[in-house]
Amino acid sequence: MQFMLLFSRQGKLRLQKWYVPLSDKEKKKITRELVQTVLARKPKMCSFLEWRDLKIVYKRYASLYFCCAIEDQDNELITLEIIHRYVELLDKYFGSVCELDIIFNFEKAYFILDEFLLGGEAQETSKKNVLKAIEQADLLQESEDEYLSVKIFK
Amino acid sequence: MSDVVEKTLTALPSLLSLDSQPGSGKLSSTSKLGNLIRGITELTSKHEEEKLIQRELSSIKEQVASPNTSMRQMKELMVRAIYCEMLGYEASFSYIHAIKLAQQGTVLEKRVGYLAVSLFLNESHELLLLLVNTVLKDLQSTNLIEVCMALTVVSQMFPKDMIPAILPLVEEKLTHPKEIIRRKAVLALYKFYLIAPNQVQHIHNKFRKALCDKDPGVMTASLHIYLQMIKENPEGYKDLTASFVTILKQVVGGKLPMDFNYHSVPAPWLQIQLLRILSLLGKDDQSTSEMMYEVLDESLRRAEMNHNITYAILYECVKSIYTIHPKAELLEKAAKCIGNFVLSPKINLKYLGLKALTYVVQQDANLALQHQLTIIECLDHSDLVIKRETLELLFRITNAQNVTVIVEKMLEFLRLSKDDYTTIDLVGKVAELWFIETMNTVFSLGGDMMQPDIPNSFLRLLSEGFDSTEEDRQLRLFAVDSYVSLLQGEPGRLPQRFLQVISWVLGEYSHLREGLEPATTLRLLAKLLDMKHTSSETKSWVLLAMSKLCEGPDCVSLAQELSERHGGSLDTVLRQRVQELRHLSEDAELRASVLPRDAAQDSCTDCIVDSSLSFLDGFVSEALSAGAAPYKPPHQRQEELAQAKALSLEPYGLSLPISMSSCSLADRQSPTLLSMSSGLSGNSTDLSHKGGSTTLKLDGVKRVWGKDGYLAQKEPVEESAQVEVPSPLCSPSRQGGADSTHSQTPTPTPTPEPEKEKQQLASSLFVGLGSQSSVCLVSLQILPYGVSCNQLEMNFTTIMCCYSLKEVATTNETDPGNSPSLIRANSTVTADPPAHKDPDRPKDSCLSSHLPAELAGLSHSEIIPLCSSQNLDLSACHVQKEDALLLASGSRGAGWDGVLPAAFWGISSHAVLLQTSINQFHQVHCFLPSDLLLSMALLTQSMLVSCFCLTSLLFLCLGRPLCVSTEEYGTLWLAFSQDTKQNLALLNDGQDPLTATLDVLKNKLQLHVVDIIGAEGIVACRLLQGQPCLMHCRVHAGSLAVWLRSPVPDLPDCLLYHCQRALQEH
Repeated sequence: MQFMLLFSRQGKLRLQKWYVPLSDKEKKKITRELVQTVLARKPKMCSFLEWRDLKIVYKRYASLYFCCAIEDQDNELITLEIIHRYVELLDKYFGSVCELDIIFNFEKAYFILDEFLLGGEAQETSKKNVLKAIEQADLLQESEDEYLSVKIFK
Repeated sequence: MSDVVEKTLTALPSLLSLDSQPGSGKLSSTSKLGNLIRGITELTSKHEEEKLIQRELSSIKEQVASPNTSMRQMKELMVRAIYCEMLGYEASFSYIHAIKLAQQGTVLEKRVGYLAVSLFLNESHELLLLLVNTVLKDLQSTNLIEVCMALTVVSQMFPKDMIPAILPLVEEKLTHPKEIIRRKAVLALYKFYLIAPNQVQHIHNKFRKALCDKDPGVMTASLHIYLQMIKENPEGYKDLTASFVTILKQVVGGKLPMDFNYHSVPAPWLQIQLLRILSLLGKDDQSTSEMMYEVLDESLRRAEMNHNITYAILYECVKSIYTIHPKAELLEKAAKCIGNFVLSPKINLKYLGLKALTYVVQQDANLALQHQLTIIECLDHSDLVIKRETLELLFRITNAQNVTVIVEKMLEFLRLSKDDYTTIDLVGKVAELWFIETMNTVFSLGGDMMQPDIPNSFLRLLSEGFDSTEEDRQLRLFAVDSYVSLLQGEPGRLPQRFLQVISWVLGEYSHLREGLEPATTLRLLAKLLDMKHTSSETKSWVLLAMSKLCEGPDCVSLAQELSERHGGSLDTVLRQRVQELRHLSEDAELRASVLPRDAAQDSCTDCIVDSSLSFLDGFVSEALSAGAAPYKPPHQRQEELAQAKALSLEPYGLSLPISMSSCSLADRQSPTLLSMSSGLSGNSTDLSHKGGSTTLKLDGVKRVWGKDGYLAQKEPVEESAQVEVPSPLCSPSRQGGADSTHSQTPTPTPTPEPEKEKQQLASSLFVGLGSQSSVCLVSLQILPYGVSCNQLEMNFTTIMCCYSLKEVATTNETDPGNSPSLIRANSTVTADPPAHKDPDRPKDSCLSSHLPAELAGLSHSEIIPLCSSQNLDLSACHVQKEDALLLASGSRGAGWDGVLPAAFWGISSHAVLLQTSINQFHQVHCFLPSDLLLSMALLTQSMLVSCFCLTSLLFLCLGRPLCVSTEEYGTLWLAFSQDTKQNLALLNDGQDPLTATLDVLKNKLQLHVVDIIGAEGIVACRLLQGQPCLMHCRVHAGSLAVWLRSPVPDLPDCLLYHCQRALQEH
């Protein structure tokens, strides 16, 4: 995977993870173009896009678009499932996740993502294991401080 | 599929529109980040946001720089900085503090520090060096979470040069008791392998250990490395195939812990990774492929649940099956799978189906044929993505016959597309790229081994062009550019045929490129003459091209130089070409008239050929009056010679002249004749292309699916419709709403208009893909002229051929009611006898009574007069021999009073038919008297034209019974891969319809009925001594269900076609 972007229906970026080294300028340009392209697509349309020399796999969950860029020989369907598994993880972690959870706790979303995908490859696909890793780190945190704990928003 | 999540998400509508409802209940955070976010959402303009963020950033900047800021505050500041960066505002001042936070903070602060680093920096950023020490320290920490964090950041980015510093520590982690540490260590090594493979070369055995790890997660992680390594060097890891196969078997068999299930599918990510590895290992390797057939089959079988994830696995499986060494049974299943994808109402699956088709279509064009209507529908899909992928698919099946339609479709798409990138890409493809580049590759790779018709049809296409002049110009220009750069490179490596193509194109079209001096091109071409490997045939092409180009003083001197260098060549043709070049370079006017520019596109009417060579009369009479001996045709000379020696050469009459041919040729050429014929020959390539364009008229008769629509009424519709017999392709997903996709029933229900249009489009798109016999004949038709221009050299007979062809073409055209065939194997003659045929001359006697003894006993077609003039009458027939098809021709000349059995020649199979006959012709023409020579040219060409107009000839004349036993039949059946199924009409006039039908086929098509058991029969035949074709027939529901198999792609279709015709005619 080359990168993953999360953005809202209004086109606001909510999360970005780049697995290939790119300059900030390029990143901004890609994000802008891609957000535009994806938002312009109708609901019943294909979830895959050819974009430049990449393949874009995107899926909309409520108001949030999850969008991944993969290479041509990669499997589009499994990428779609990667997105889905990530949403499941978020859902499990935040307890029925919504966009706000991700906005206010974006660093958590990043932590979860890093436990799931590492360097652009699926690292751990067992839901239980990913959450265990996150919770272990969180436990430490809660004992020390309850800054920005998830529960504040619940 | 994600119903649960989607429901939960949509169940919170009040929370979803954050921007429109600022200050919603959830935003109770008192944190500074919360304030910032809320602040932003309350803003109305971009400008205000900018101001707010700038203010925020300067406050952050101030705080991070302050020595009083605690690490805990720092953590909070970093989160805000990350947020600002995400919004697109630069916060580079905070980068160094992120590193500091990772270094100095407690575990939790570290975590944010590392996160900020990984978001802010990329692996080439210089600040990253400052992180190395922190990583080193954390890797050695006793706190597992710290180790994890360090490994996580390392797996994402690390300065290449510093890898050796931490490598031992990471390696050590491979044996860590905690699997999460081992897993992350493996992924870190994967990252190292990607950025600096040499650094980790020595620990390959440790990768193997990771592969054997007891934890499936670690093992899965190690596959990333293996996939990469095997991609680069599949040979090095063949020994692991068995292990990968075993792992996959276990996974598929559900041996992994339940944790790894995803929607009750066992470890799909792992499966897909393994499938990809296996396909790399099995590619072009039969023995390795054999090891995986079983598990692939198993995977296909297990993945039956209707869920995206199983489709993902299926798709990967199909890809593997088509990548590794093929196995018929698996291919069949995979094809079925692709069918399910293509026909699926789910758009994502449809897309993947098209993608898979694109992938496999080169191997199995028939698969695309099966789905032609779906493909046509996709071409008009509302989603551009689908459309685009369909074009990609069409792009792969483009051939000389459907290129126009496909290019048109692409252009249509271009008009719609607004995306620059797509436009650029597609324009490149459409206009030139694929065409020239592909042909370049084809020529360079195919080299001299390929059929001569490929370069010829390429040149034909290039010269005829498409509809738009501008496009044609672009295409030619592109070809010129591409070839000039090839010649500037290393032309020595290019095959001869390609060099010939290059020479021709440069000769014709290099003037299109502005700024390209003819002299430059000439020099490039001249270089070819000096190369050791250039054959003399190529050299004459090169010289011909140079003759077209030589313009200006530079060129004259170059031509001079060349004529000095090559004027003494032993090769007469070459010598002649050099002379031409020299003369033409000196006389621009002559050149312009002899080699007019763009001659190739102009219609052939521009060029009037005086076939009687009357313009030479003056010269001849002058020479005669000056005392020259009158010209004697070689055969007359030969007779005289024979008489002089008082030795009868009669019995060898036919073979002798061949050895004499070269000298007789030389004898004939008086200087004027030489220069004249060379002037003509200069144009001969062009002319032969004109010959090509004449063929188009012939094509018009045969090519029933023109771009302008549906031309013929009968066969092709039925055929194209019947080709898509919907073998059991109905997927579960197709049920229900899916019925709107076309259920392609073979029954001839009246087709609604749009449907018909689609079928038309389908047949014009899929023309040449091997389903329609008429189609494969169209492509054959191009052959004769193409071959002739190559084989006959560029001498004046070629012109005659083309000339005569034109005549043939016109006669054909004026006779529209005729079926395209002039001769039919069953002896019906549809050609009108030539107009000025002497009525009192017996029609048949001239040849049949004079057929040589060895042919007299064989069946032959009716003898057809081909042409006649006042003193010459030519007829021909074809004779069927056990192992060959002979074309026999005879002529009767007034001058000779008697029949000259001019030539009999044999051929061994249809593929070499043209080649051989042309070769033979080449030999023959040399010893015939000159006006007979002319007529012979006429004869041979018209024979060929007739032959290849004949849809029936190929099979009817070449098909022979194949006598095999039922057992042998069984073995053969299994060995053949090309198959076709179809229903045929059953004859009902006899007692037993099956036997009656088979008898008819047997008699008409020379099939061998191997056995008839009950309602089933098996039949075998072959083409002469060559390729077999098997047919299995079964009486089913009042029709004859036939199943044909052969090792040759087109043969089953061809036979099927003839069966249909034979039964129809009965």
